[in-house]
Amino acid sequence: MATLKEVKLKIVSVKKTKQITSAMKMVATSRLRGAQNAMEAFKPYAGKFAEVLGSIAGKSGEDASPLLIPRDSVQKVVVILCTSDRGLCGGFNTNLITKAEKFIKSELEEKDVSLVCFGKKGRDWAKKYPHRIEDQHIGVVGGTIEFAVASSSGQKMINSFLDGAVDEVYLIYSEFVSMARQEATIKKILPIPSLEAVAGEKESAADAGFLPEHICEPSSDALLGEMLPKNIFIQIYDALLKTSTSEHAARMRAMENATKACEDMVDELQTIFNKTRQAGITADLMDIVGGAEALKG
Amino acid sequence: MAEKLMLEVVTPQKAVVSEEVQSVVAPGSEGEFGVLKNHTTFLTSLNAGALKYIDSKGATRYLFVNGGFAEVLPDKVTILAESAERRRDIDLDRAEKAKQRAEKRLADKSAKVDIIRAEAALRRAIYRINIKKSLK
Repeated sequence: MATLKEVKLKIVSVKKTKQITSAMKMVATSRLRGAQNAMEAFKPYAGKFAEVLGSIAGKSGEDASPLLIPRDSVQKVVVILCTSDRGLCGGFNTNLITKAEKFIKSELEEKDVSLVCFGKKGRDWAKKYPHRIEDQHIGVVGGTIEFAVASSSGQKMINSFLDGAVDEVYLIYSEFVSMARQEATIKKILPIPSLEAVAGEKESAADAGFLPEHICEPSSDALLGEMLPKNIFIQIYDALLKTSTSEHAARMRAMENATKACEDMVDELQTIFNKTRQAGITADLMDIVGGAEALKG
Repeated sequence: MAEKLMLEVVTPQKAVVSEEVQSVVAPGSEGEFGVLKNHTTFLTSLNAGALKYIDSKGATRYLFVNGGFAEVLPDKVTILAESAERRRDIDLDRAEKAKQRAEKRLADKSAKVDIIRAEAALRRAIYRINIKKSLK
């Protein structure tokens, strides 16, 4: 049985831990709000872009851009893995990394896989594997994300794809479904799956079905050629925003659970403390009573 | 027929402008173009440059847009730009420094310099400075 003092110390330490976790929860909550605002602010741009892209994609052929043409034999694959920089957010990073691991093992077996890592956790994982780390970006996910980060990274991918240095590019990120649910998601971004998919996916994003016939300047094919790379940047940016929001939501929940666990633990310890104290008093009383009895006798 | 013309300038970070205007002049990639209400539907890419519009009160306003796309409908002009700044938000010091940097890089004749990028940077800086300075 623990002594009274030990239990007391334990209670104090658990209470301190609780203070930390509840503070972290509050920080995560406010960061989450910021990340959600950034996500909301991006919607008008993404929505409008999708609408316009959808309307010109319908007019062009499947060979309008080299980014649309799949390679006959796929050798070199790049996986862009978005994770967070910091831990203490429950299974968030583990989910993403497991997803990546399984995907690479099952789908990309015997291919030359290299990684582009957004976030420290994913990079640390990748270091332990024989996959080359093409590029890493630390300090992006979780903070304010600049569009330029997504576009420069996307441009690099496009350049290596066009050079033939890369045959396929996948994006693994955390989809923000709701506050309570974040899902690790895999998306193929290069070669662009098909124009119909691009247009189809977008149609749901456009509010009305009304897409006017535009006069295009330069030609619709040239415009499409300019818009498709941008669309890739948008996908990467979107993935980063969502991963960032998911991270904060996951951390908020993890910290909430931790705070609750601390509370339960304090309750339990308090009971033990009371019992121990009572046992001490009872033992003392027994002594006194025993002593008194002995004197009487 | 459309009664009014709306201008919307959106970037990934935020909607920069969303208001009723009388006219818009934008830096299209095939040349500058002006839009009044009831313009035919039209889609074009944009160069970096000055976007000028006359707001509903008749005041002329300028924005710097860094490339992108414009969609013109009879009652609405939508500009999709990677970045856009109102004149009052342009940082003159930063633009001046960017200009000097770009000029230096262009003056350097070694093969390492990416001429296209440096020229683009120079152009952006000059547009920013012009918008901020001359159009007061």
